[in-house]
Amino acid sequence: MEQTSLMTEKIRDFFSSRFADAVISEDNFRDQQSFYVKPEAIFDICQTLLNDAELDLKYLSDITSLDWLGDEEAEKGRFEVVYNLYSLTHHNRLFLKVRLQEDNPRIRTVSDLWAGANCMEREVWDLMGIDFEGHPDMTKVLTADELDGHPLRKDFPLTWEQPKFTWNKDDPPEVIK
Amino acid sequence: MGLEEKIPDSIILTTVDKMANWAHKRSMWPLGFGLACCAIEMMSTFAPHFDLARFGMEVMRPSPRQADLMIVAGRVSMKMAPVVKTLYEQMPNPKWVLSMGACASCGGVFNNYAIVQGVDRIIPVDVYVPGCPPRPEQLIDGILKLYEQIEKESVKDKREEWGRRIG
Amino acid sequence: MTEQKTVTVNMGPQHPSTHGVLRVVLELDGETVIKATPVVGYLHTGIEKTMENKLYYKAIPCTDRMDYLAPMSNNLGYCLAVEKLMGIEVPEKVKWARVLLTELTRIKSHLVWLGTHALDLGAMSMLLYTFRERESIIDVYEAVSGQRMMSTYIRIGGLAKELPKDFDKWVRKVLKQVPQGMQDYIDLLSGNQIFINRTKGVAVISAEDALNYSLSGPMLRGSGIKHDLRKASPYSGYENFDFEIPVGRIGDAWDRYLLRLEEMRQSLRIVQQALDGMPEGPYRAHVPGVVLPPKEDVLYKMESMIHHFKIITEGFETPRGAVYQAIEAPKGELGYYISSDGSNKPHRVRVRPPSYINLGALPKMVEGRLLSDVICAIGTIDIVLGEVDR
Repeated sequence: MEQTSLMTEKIRDFFSSRFADAVISEDNFRDQQSFYVKPEAIFDICQTLLNDAELDLKYLSDITSLDWLGDEEAEKGRFEVVYNLYSLTHHNRLFLKVRLQEDNPRIRTVSDLWAGANCMEREVWDLMGIDFEGHPDMTKVLTADELDGHPLRKDFPLTWEQPKFTWNKDDPPEVIK
Repeated sequence: MGLEEKIPDSIILTTVDKMANWAHKRSMWPLGFGLACCAIEMMSTFAPHFDLARFGMEVMRPSPRQADLMIVAGRVSMKMAPVVKTLYEQMPNPKWVLSMGACASCGGVFNNYAIVQGVDRIIPVDVYVPGCPPRPEQLIDGILKLYEQIEKESVKDKREEWGRRIG
Repeated sequence: MTEQKTVTVNMGPQHPSTHGVLRVVLELDGETVIKATPVVGYLHTGIEKTMENKLYYKAIPCTDRMDYLAPMSNNLGYCLAVEKLMGIEVPEKVKWARVLLTELTRIKSHLVWLGTHALDLGAMSMLLYTFRERESIIDVYEAVSGQRMMSTYIRIGGLAKELPKDFDKWVRKVLKQVPQGMQDYIDLLSGNQIFINRTKGVAVISAEDALNYSLSGPMLRGSGIKHDLRKASPYSGYENFDFEIPVGRIGDAWDRYLLRLEEMRQSLRIVQQALDGMPEGPYRAHVPGVVLPPKEDVLYKMESMIHHFKIITEGFETPRGAVYQAIEAPKGELGYYISSDGSNKPHRVRVRPPSYINLGALPKMVEGRLLSDVICAIGTIDIVLGEVDR
């Protein structure tokens, strides 16, 4: 526990000394350290962290995304991408969060830093519709080929069966047209 | 009196229906094809503890062209649905379909954009086995129900469907 | 001379050794794989979206149906995440029972892996043996929850109901039967020349690549990196148990076979410790309005009944914020990222699927290898398509 709080301080120092301009805010909900950073800085931060032997946050655990449509958070940007980094030596986690605007959400890929980011980013694109610039293969991965739209967006209806085998009688909702 | 007295012992008279149904029933080869959770219960059914071989069904056929029973074990997604339909069409006649579990029968707990709400929307189903997932005993019971159903079938009714080979 | 051409072969989604509905598009030069592209999504169920539309309690059954070989691990990950969000501390007994059950789940999952992996490599009878032992673990499942597979036994703040009176009997049966069965597997496989030839030096992934591909679980440890979340970031009282973390040497399929067998042995050790030292106490935390009151109280006490009714119909309010809780599932790091907007339904539930991310390394593992090694590689990753596609 002490080691974790020590690492928390060190990560804070790292951001204030090297990426003071890029950090928007810090959040420590339930002892989980997360930083909201500017989208254009994400690649540099990840690259620096990957080469930082002291912090050793080299294991990319996960990339995920959120949709804040209809929530007060949406002012800061509708979409949120969360990078989940883990340190195999210090056993602490760092969350890097990025807010993206509603129309044409796009961000620089990190798949050239971690090969594992490839499939995670592809899934984010498929389910949330966030474009990763420079990704080698930004195509559908989970949803059916006929499906238009991105299911995890809040305006995508849960039960609307879009492709072929459907008994839907109503008109399709706005987002699909 | 009758024809039986005039013929040797080794000949048994029966109807074509009975004969064909008996053959169909006793040599049923399921398609070795699992989709989701129910596939694991299906494997349990084939495994020693429950042992489906007691009913003459231990051979799972990986190729649809050699199978005559399709056990749809699990949820059918929109992406998988065309594949399931193709597999069904590749199976030679006569063929039967058993829908195993709530998801295959009606969509189960997943009433959403990704799941076909019942495999009967794409292929005809003979027996539905409820449960999430059904116990192996339930699956065996479903298969026995299918046997009963096969016993009542008539070759004549199926002739059109099977082509002209039998008639 | 003739022009050199490659052949593209489609494997799956209906193929006996793809463990479900995985499809792999292989580009072959003769029998050598030039490129392998896994195509997933044939079991996409929209579970994450479905969970967003359910109350916190009612989302638990969805978690079972993701990794259906290890349902209790999925329950545990989700419930721990919600407990972290709500700040609930569960009683000691609950922790121990959870550890016991998830370790049994690990054995159960590894048994299915062993059976199907050996089946793919030609040792057909293994499946019959492993399913024999698996039935004994399913008996424990059935004794505690009444269901063979989808138990939904681990709930937010505790367990679904009290452990049954004859719980000891069922677990001791597992502890007796599984080591015997494992001896059978070792006899059948460890000296089997065909099995050794098909796994040794096949599907190798180096430690550096394993980290770069974000692999986890036996895939990461097989390459020699000693990382296990049960030791690294203990959850649910794992720090009280004495067990070892096995690691592989070069990261081939043979290493991972030995590693998973050793993990099963270590899990048996943990189960034994948990069974012997199971403390007494309530089976649910007492947090009115959030954790369901015990069923006995609901039948006889007015307040408990009201709480029960309110939780079931309206759910509970949550603090705003996002939590991530990862556990060491049989397949790797299973994480739940739950974001709450303060309402009674999760705003977003993200599952970090270990087998989906492990599958990302498949092209790397089979590139330049023979076609038959693809089967071995798919088996050794230990994918379960319900979790890959969700």
